[in-house]
Amino acid sequence: MSVRSLAIGLGSTPKRVLPGFGLSLGISLTFVSLMLLLPMTGLFGQLAGLSLAEYWAIITNDRVVASYVVTIGAAAVAAIVNAAFGLLLAWVLVRYEFPGKRLLDALMDLPFALPTAVAGITLATLYSSNGWMGQLLEPLGLQVAYTWVGIALAMSFTSIPFVVRTVQPVLEDMPHEMDEAALTLGASDFTGFRRVVLPHLWPALVTGTGLAFVRSLGEFGAIIFIAGNMPYETEITALMIFVRLQEYDYAGASAIASVVLFASLALLLAINIWQGRFIKRLHGGHG
Amino acid sequence: MQRIGDAPAVRRLLISAAVVLAALFLLLPLVAIFAQAFARGIDVFWANVTNHYTLAAIQLTLFIAVLTIPVCLVFGVALAWLVTRFRFPGRRILQTLIDIPFAVSPVVAGLVYLLLYGRNGWLGNWLDGYDIQLMFAWPGILLVTIFVTCPFVARELIPLMQAQGSREEEAAVTLGAPGWTIFRRVTLPNIRWALLYGVILTNARAVGEFGAVSVVSGAIRGQTNTLPLHLEQLYQDYNTVGAFASASLLALIALLTLVAKASLEWRAARREVHA
Amino acid sequence: MRFHTLRRTLIATALGIGLATPALAAEREILNSSYDIARELFAAINPEFRNHWQSEHGEEIGIQQSHGGSSAQARAILQGLRADVVTYNQVTDVQVLADAGLVAEDWQQQLPNNASPYYSTTAFLVRKDNPKGIESWDDLVRDDVKMVFPNPKTSGNGRYTYLAAWGFADQHFDGDEEQIHDFMRTFLRNVAVFDTGGRGATTSFIERGIGDVLISFESEVNNIRQEYGEDDYEVIVPPVSILAEFPVAVVEPNAERNGNLDLAQAYLDYLYSEEAQRMLAGFNYRVHHEAVVEEFADRFPDTELLLVEDIAGSWEEAMETHFDSGGLLDQLQRRR
Repeated sequence: MSVRSLAIGLGSTPKRVLPGFGLSLGISLTFVSLMLLLPMTGLFGQLAGLSLAEYWAIITNDRVVASYVVTIGAAAVAAIVNAAFGLLLAWVLVRYEFPGKRLLDALMDLPFALPTAVAGITLATLYSSNGWMGQLLEPLGLQVAYTWVGIALAMSFTSIPFVVRTVQPVLEDMPHEMDEAALTLGASDFTGFRRVVLPHLWPALVTGTGLAFVRSLGEFGAIIFIAGNMPYETEITALMIFVRLQEYDYAGASAIASVVLFASLALLLAINIWQGRFIKRLHGGHG
Repeated sequence: MQRIGDAPAVRRLLISAAVVLAALFLLLPLVAIFAQAFARGIDVFWANVTNHYTLAAIQLTLFIAVLTIPVCLVFGVALAWLVTRFRFPGRRILQTLIDIPFAVSPVVAGLVYLLLYGRNGWLGNWLDGYDIQLMFAWPGILLVTIFVTCPFVARELIPLMQAQGSREEEAAVTLGAPGWTIFRRVTLPNIRWALLYGVILTNARAVGEFGAVSVVSGAIRGQTNTLPLHLEQLYQDYNTVGAFASASLLALIALLTLVAKASLEWRAARREVHA
Repeated sequence: MRFHTLRRTLIATALGIGLATPALAAEREILNSSYDIARELFAAINPEFRNHWQSEHGEEIGIQQSHGGSSAQARAILQGLRADVVTYNQVTDVQVLADAGLVAEDWQQQLPNNASPYYSTTAFLVRKDNPKGIESWDDLVRDDVKMVFPNPKTSGNGRYTYLAAWGFADQHFDGDEEQIHDFMRTFLRNVAVFDTGGRGATTSFIERGIGDVLISFESEVNNIRQEYGEDDYEVIVPPVSILAEFPVAVVEPNAERNGNLDLAQAYLDYLYSEEAQRMLAGFNYRVHHEAVVEEFADRFPDTELLLVEDIAGSWEEAMETHFDSGGLLDQLQRRR
């Protein structure tokens, strides 16, 4: 443990005992520069052609602003639903044995494996008023297709694996003694879960939910078929970008894309920093 | 010893809730795809699958996936090794940079490549002088596919390698083992499941990517049409069965990789028990 | 061990796919960049043209097709897709290429009928027996009518519908701007779903059962009716509608580079031949060839076709005043 905390501790400069620093640095930097950063210059080249006032006018156009509200709102709902549903699925998959468990486990990756356009067409088919699910839900007064509920549903579908697959390994690694001890001390299942399990899972759950949220912000293919795309009501930001592209307005498209890009990157950076800090705290507590 | 949630009632309730919700939310769409694909019988389905253009699309899609995976594998392992085994300034930024593809809408990803390598882009213009065309041909499709899939392997490996720490590798160094041997004998066995999972995600996304590829493909039937693009086109032609037949092929590829992963995991688990 | 096997499999697969890729054909090949719903049309025409060229010149040729949204297709050519000819459903998308010097400046004069070998108009598809009694544009602004047509922001098809309604209102209210705007506001409010493309709109109307009327090209609504049941739907061609041209042009720098200039030109000329015009009429497009027009007369009801030029001045002006960001469409759709 001392070696590891030494390596992780900030401020101390550990000796690089392991080989491969130069090689891995070389590969990583070459790849990141050529494949990720170089193409991004194209985006910023487009932005450079805009004055600050023009940029501001494009990204604060009231229809675009309405699309931010729709996108963020639906993504937030999808993320919250996924946090609960994903936690349930991860828990059941790790803690219990039951017939069909392997199938359920494999099914978790389906949303990643299914092309988003296929998911979009299929969800729209299922949840429209004459689809299998729509027929059941509509009489209950719940209209899914062509409302923001449909948008949230499509987002939730495409991002659920992020939560399940982030929480699952942490739950697996959770030491037996932790929750056994809680029960021995007379805690109920619910109290034990709240006091012992949840604090342990918390970072993974937040990370997974955060990733799901970011993914939802940029999703286009799965949503567009089920959204209805009514101005101010069910138009998502990705559609606004798509519309600008159709108009050959590359600068406008790049401007709106840059808003999504910066928001997403800021969120991801926050998740990374937070995750790093948490791991440090965890190890600090042990060491 | 009892663990939290082991009471039979709780257990039954949670399992049924999970199974029912997963069935409605995840399994039902899958069933719907196949139901649509076979809506007009197996003959129509088969005719659609063995259509010349569908076969060409399958071939191109697999070709792109096969080339994408090794690139992402090398990059992902190198990057994970770098950020989890060494500390250096800019480490956190590098780790966030690889998330760019997650943060960029796929259509925009395709667009930035087009702006760079297209006829009007500075790099594309220069290449055009040598009569090299990257966009609207398979190299362009390959480039954007690598772009959208490259974070998966690294993202799978980094948390795991961080959690495992480098103690074992350091011990191997003190024993005088050379670098590659350490990687092969010590690191690889520890990370192979995460690696495999990363490859599966990479493959799934590479096979199914639509938005980015649609921008750079040119959609020439039988030449630069990938399976998802072909599917969309059939859908435009009012050929719902054909579209869902292609969709079911993609779903089938997805299912096969998932089965492969599950069976490998199962074999590994059995070996552990025997050992 | 396992990884060795995996690697071997991968290499084998890569080689297998590489070898299986068709060898470069020695014959000349032209690439036709077209709009997304024209696949079956050109799948029918291309073999005929191949035979035609073979019998005239004794040369085997190949024709490749690329399909997509008209604007996206033009964008691809701007960025380097080496298509020899374009066959689009929007004049603006060819004009973009002309402005970039890829198509001749005077392309609309190079072929008959504004370089548009066939045309169509905007028409309605209603459900069986026309329960809402929809006959013309003013029926569409009634409170009890919901319609489906593609988003004018993303689809040329949608732009035609919007302009047709505008042209009707302009005529109906004798150019009174306030009344036209009110009409258009109600018209746009009665849209149930804005799909991004024509096909999405069809799915919403037919398979999802949304709306009382689908608005699309006359050719499209007829094809849809044939596809989904002649008894379940009816086609209504309103007494006043818009002329929708389907412009074609040779992308000269590309055709020259590919050594296909003669072939590309002949391909477009062929679209005006009696043989091709008959096929086009079979796909429910209106054509110019007199014999064919007579033959199919009962399929295409007489209707007054307004020109985009009369409604909005020109396509360029229409884009500027109506469809660009902040234009009239945006203003009419604004929340109030």
